[in-house]
Amino acid sequence: MTAIIATIITTASVVLILAGIFFFVGAAVGLLRFPDFYVRMHAAGKGDTLSSLLVILGFAVYQLHGFDSFSQDWLTLLVILKLLAVVVFIFLTSPTATSALMDAGWEDDVKPFIREGRSNHLEDDCGNA
Amino acid sequence: MITFEQFAIGAGGALFLLMLPAIYRIAVGPTALDRIVATNIIGTKTAVMLIIIGVVFERVEMFVDFALAYALLNFTGSIAASRFLHRTKDTGEAAAGIGATGGSEP
Repeated sequence: MTAIIATIITTASVVLILAGIFFFVGAAVGLLRFPDFYVRMHAAGKGDTLSSLLVILGFAVYQLHGFDSFSQDWLTLLVILKLLAVVVFIFLTSPTATSALMDAGWEDDVKPFIREGRSNHLEDDCGNA
Repeated sequence: MITFEQFAIGAGGALFLLMLPAIYRIAVGPTALDRIVATNIIGTKTAVMLIIIGVVFERVEMFVDFALAYALLNFTGSIAASRFLHRTKDTGEAAAGIGATGGSEP
């Protein structure tokens, strides 16, 4: 029974970490390939937040193995709580930083990418923000 | 069958390889804000990688504090850079408006 639980814990953490690395790959590809500061920022902010959450949650799930040895339960619980604190912190601060940098780019007259031949309805209000 | 430790080392290596596009964006990014965004991404990846290092060394209770402090400093750096670039706009023709509208900002 204990071996089954240990296998479940390890499998869940491996799946979470692999999903996080998958979204990190998405963020990296978006950072390389998108044509514009704003869409690069979009890919980077979202992918980075979600993948950091998934990877750290995967390692937090793996720390549940520490409850097997009944000597240092409080230490394992403290580590899990700290990992969850890191998760909550990144979940709060990464979108805040993304929003602040986007606002700075808008104020700093970074032009959005507009395809050739399209009407540019942003032209009027981009300069005097 | 690989152990979880080897898997964690592989995950750290993958994170390092995914830092290279961000370094490319820092090198060639057209605007300064692109570089700041890429630096922010590298900082977040470093916070995750510190936890991986802690798992590999079996000292997570120590390295998680480092990761928390690193995430905090990364956030502070991003906010400071964005505020700095936010204000450099107000040096030209809008300088007269600082006294009128700039007072609302902290």
